[in-house]
Amino acid sequence: MSQAILVVGGGFSGITAALEAAEVGYDVYIVEKGPYLGGRVMQLNKYFPKLCPPSCGLEIQYQRIKNNPRVKFFTQAEVAKVAGGPGSYTVTVKLTPRHTAAANADLAALADSLTGQQHDCFNLGLAPRKPLYMDAPFAFPNRYVLDATGLSEEDGKKLAKSPFINLNDAPKNIELEVGAIIIATGWKPYDVTRLTNLGAGSVPNCVSNMQLERLASPNGPTGGAITRPSDGKAPKKVCFVQCAGSRDQNHLNFCSYICCMASLKQALYLREQYPDCECTVYYIDMRTPERYDKFLRKVRADEKINLVKGKVAGVAAGPNGVVIVEVEDAVSGIKKKLAYDMVVLATGMQPSLAEAKLPFDVPMDEDGFVIGGEERGIFVAGCAKKPLDVMKSAQSATGAAMKAINSVKGR
Amino acid sequence: MPEKIGVYFDKSCLGAALDVEALTGFVEKKWGGVVAKVESHAILASDSGRALIQKDLDGGEIDAVLVCGASPRYDAEFYNFGPNVLVERCNLREHCILPYMNPDGSYVPAGEEGPAMMLQMAQDYISMSMVKLKQMKVPQPELFETTKTILVLGGGWTGLHAALNGAAAGYEVVLLERTDKLGGAALNMLKTVPLKYPHTQAHPTGIEEKIAAVEANAKIAVKLKSELTKLSGMPGAFEATIKGPGGETTVKVGSVVLATGWVAQDTKYVECLGYGKIKDVVTTGEFEKMAKAGAITRPSNGAPAKKVAFILNPKKCEPEGPIYKTLAECNLSAEVAADGDPKAEVEVTEIKQQQWEGYQHLPMATAVNSLVALKQAGYVTEQYPADGIAYIFYDSMIVQGVHERYYKAAQDIPGVMMTKAEIADVVAEDGGVVVKATNTLLGHDLEVLVDLVVVPTGMVPTTAKEPVLHFDYRQGPTFPDLALFEGFCDSNYICFPYETRRTGVYAAGAVRQPMMLDAAEEDAAGATLKAIQAMESANRGVAVHPRAGDMSYPVFNFVRCTQCKRCTEECPFGALDDDEKGTPKPNFSRCRRCGTCMGACPERVISFDTYGIGMMSDMVKQYTIPDDINNGGPRVLIMACENDAYPALDMAARRGLHWSPYVRIMPVRCLGSVNAIWIKDAMSRGTDGVVLLGCKYGDDYQCHFVKGSEICNRRKENIAETLKQLGIEPERVEQYEIAIDEYDKVPGLIEDFLKLVMKLGPNPFKGY
Repeated sequence: MSQAILVVGGGFSGITAALEAAEVGYDVYIVEKGPYLGGRVMQLNKYFPKLCPPSCGLEIQYQRIKNNPRVKFFTQAEVAKVAGGPGSYTVTVKLTPRHTAAANADLAALADSLTGQQHDCFNLGLAPRKPLYMDAPFAFPNRYVLDATGLSEEDGKKLAKSPFINLNDAPKNIELEVGAIIIATGWKPYDVTRLTNLGAGSVPNCVSNMQLERLASPNGPTGGAITRPSDGKAPKKVCFVQCAGSRDQNHLNFCSYICCMASLKQALYLREQYPDCECTVYYIDMRTPERYDKFLRKVRADEKINLVKGKVAGVAAGPNGVVIVEVEDAVSGIKKKLAYDMVVLATGMQPSLAEAKLPFDVPMDEDGFVIGGEERGIFVAGCAKKPLDVMKSAQSATGAAMKAINSVKGR
Repeated sequence: MPEKIGVYFDKSCLGAALDVEALTGFVEKKWGGVVAKVESHAILASDSGRALIQKDLDGGEIDAVLVCGASPRYDAEFYNFGPNVLVERCNLREHCILPYMNPDGSYVPAGEEGPAMMLQMAQDYISMSMVKLKQMKVPQPELFETTKTILVLGGGWTGLHAALNGAAAGYEVVLLERTDKLGGAALNMLKTVPLKYPHTQAHPTGIEEKIAAVEANAKIAVKLKSELTKLSGMPGAFEATIKGPGGETTVKVGSVVLATGWVAQDTKYVECLGYGKIKDVVTTGEFEKMAKAGAITRPSNGAPAKKVAFILNPKKCEPEGPIYKTLAECNLSAEVAADGDPKAEVEVTEIKQQQWEGYQHLPMATAVNSLVALKQAGYVTEQYPADGIAYIFYDSMIVQGVHERYYKAAQDIPGVMMTKAEIADVVAEDGGVVVKATNTLLGHDLEVLVDLVVVPTGMVPTTAKEPVLHFDYRQGPTFPDLALFEGFCDSNYICFPYETRRTGVYAAGAVRQPMMLDAAEEDAAGATLKAIQAMESANRGVAVHPRAGDMSYPVFNFVRCTQCKRCTEECPFGALDDDEKGTPKPNFSRCRRCGTCMGACPERVISFDTYGIGMMSDMVKQYTIPDDINNGGPRVLIMACENDAYPALDMAARRGLHWSPYVRIMPVRCLGSVNAIWIKDAMSRGTDGVVLLGCKYGDDYQCHFVKGSEICNRRKENIAETLKQLGIEPERVEQYEIAIDEYDKVPGLIEDFLKLVMKLGPNPFKGY
């Protein structure tokens, strides 16, 4: 029997669940698939409604982890197998090699010197990355990671010379004994290539909301300048398309919760950068609950931000990089084709488990949200359960930690 | 205090830029008395590096560790030698080597040794770290007898769940309910919107089962018709005075879950929708009671109400002008006396309860009302399946997340009609009530004659109206600055939603934000966990968020205290009480260890074992100051908040940014902890300027201790006065707000300040 708690996923919910349980006095393990803890929020420029940087809260979370010996975490790690039952699960975790030493070495110069290029999922393909990389300057653990797949001979030679690189680092498995499991596997942006009427990701200056976060971020590919991917020009007219995939039985049969606030926030990014920029948000319902009503009013007070109840029927590439948007005003019924410099698709959140299944059985609904498991000591936190914002994810994760503690208590 | 310090250089961080031998010689010569050993290692942040230090500790050669290399934010796992070994980190890489820029603006090429000025900077930083470490003490937790009982305020849905969670975790629970029965608002509900998969149908709330479970639980003591009238003490050792049917009693409790919920908003805010004037206009609350009682009828004549209009768009009732408050309109706590005399006695502000109820509570409840309208529309069509019609007029249907499925299911119910609309008027007519709507989705204006109109209910948190906790604290009975959240007992932190300004009290449910039962149930679990954490942390003598686990706490040297009450006044968390004379009484487990009290004290009375008023003063005396500003350059001290500003400086350096070699950086816990004496000490030595670098303040404050950077800014007037008395221009001290991601602004900010300093010329104290 074990009182330890396994947290699957090291995003904001997973970190929170782990820390809250550990600070009560329970041992926790975080198993994170990626090379860093922080998850989706690491990619965001600012949070709504305060427009404060996510790394501010993450920094505190990282400090809490560093200072608490009860929290142990594994990055580039995946749960491979779960055996046993409530109170005594044996969890096999597969660790992918990082190829870099445990020290916080400043490998910026070495990384720059490499010639290889890889797809950068952290920047959602907006720019390539080097094989040796660190996603963000605040990343934790603050260590570079080497993706050795397809490494050129030349790069391999350079890397072999560094005392901080171990090209022979091999995968390995470890086993953990835990009493309860918290699933905090979070979400991913809905695949835009499935949105055929909205350009399917092929219209050059039509980006997703998560891509816009990377463009606006000071550590993003443009150093924080929101410019058109096709020509690097500053946009003067930008359109936001709400519910891109969400509230649609053919795509995501639910509302993704955050997209309305996210687009309002992103309109403010643009307005701050470009005093002449005009933003139009086309929405079905403007969903700004509770204290976000205050935020909505703040945005609405900006004369250059237009909020229009209307449906976008199509997005297509126009001449000179413009994007043609076909839109119907819901109240007047007028249909129009309008040209914008840039279009932002407010793509929804799909639970990570919709496609990447866990190696143990847990009840899920048809969209991939976890809907049970408590009787077996399995709990769910954050967006693996339902679409939530960061504040509510933290709340959900704290609640999940309480339930997990109650299930291992006295065992 | 350490007597045998081991100094360890990480060569991998120093590279070619700094000569380890030269630094070793410097340490031995200047600090030989307290340093027992100086070592260097190729890669100190490694198993072998750690083993090297561990061996020296185990052999008794050293009793404390100074690591010179990377920022303390990195490699922490290698340098933790247990709670009894003091470790200080000297940040030579991020604050000296990487950002180093020659006075002419050129950089030191990679692989080359830095100039003498860089070596000097490194030595300054080592000396600053050394004086800090040699005065540190291993903190011993302040232990006291703790009670592990949770007090839950409110016996509604949230409070019941909090009590059940607390009891399941093995704790005793005292549950207070003001009325004569448990259940709260859920008792009046016929059904709830769906709480579980597939989220398509309303169902009974299950409140009766929850009440039964609470009543049957031996660990939960339910006190009906009871209210909290006073809460004194601190987490782990609160004393709650409870007024109940048998008179007043006191109970020892460890922490509190606040679940007192909400009350219906004053109906004057919906009068323009006909409420109060037309009998057949009711609120959602009244409609729910009617449905629960059985028959949906018209109040005017008792006839069946088969056609019902639900109004969700209250815009017609909206007053002109802004409906939300700013921080400036709050009952601001911690006013700093800007009287020019930094030692004068101040009055402790007692935060008084104010009335925060307003129109804004209506739009803030639109999400709840949207779901409730869907549910209640269902009541109409269920009761009158043949000819019941429910209209829903909304501006936006706020039904988020998986509740969308409930919205979709409602759209398929015959007899439920929904449209976006603005309400032009609600008027009584023969045979019913007419709702006039414009801007609909139907392409034309609309007038519908209905039997009954249901207007939305605004949710006003109980904390917007009364001091629910009745704190027996020197700063007053209520939470400070709740107007920022319209009276909701919420947190301004997105990342830390349970943080209130009073340690050990955690809010859950509709007193924190408007929410439905599913969210409230989860919220109750979360708040209960935080309450347990607060008790357990008090029991271990350690701090809670954000310095969770910190064993240091403010130690008062009362002999020198002049009872000026500044510490009591400025504490952002109301941790300090005082006696009749004004001598502060620390309540350790209320304290968050920010050091704002230490910064407030003009008499150097307050210190932490690991962060002391004296050690910081001594750090300020350790860096070199060039005699001639035109020859050796000016000297500028940056006091950087370690939460956001310090990481920003680290990241600026790692991003290849450079800044002037004339600055020296000193980390502080929070700008609130900065004592004017440090600035005076720096200035009287001839430092040409001081930069206070901390978090943003104002409505969207980012300060992790809520008020630290704001208080620091307000203290500046006093600092200016002190400087003027010394004959020093106040412009030499400036506070800058910097967010953690504004690293790219660092060089420009430093450059601008140096320009200002050069314009002012040398500090007149230079050379004295």
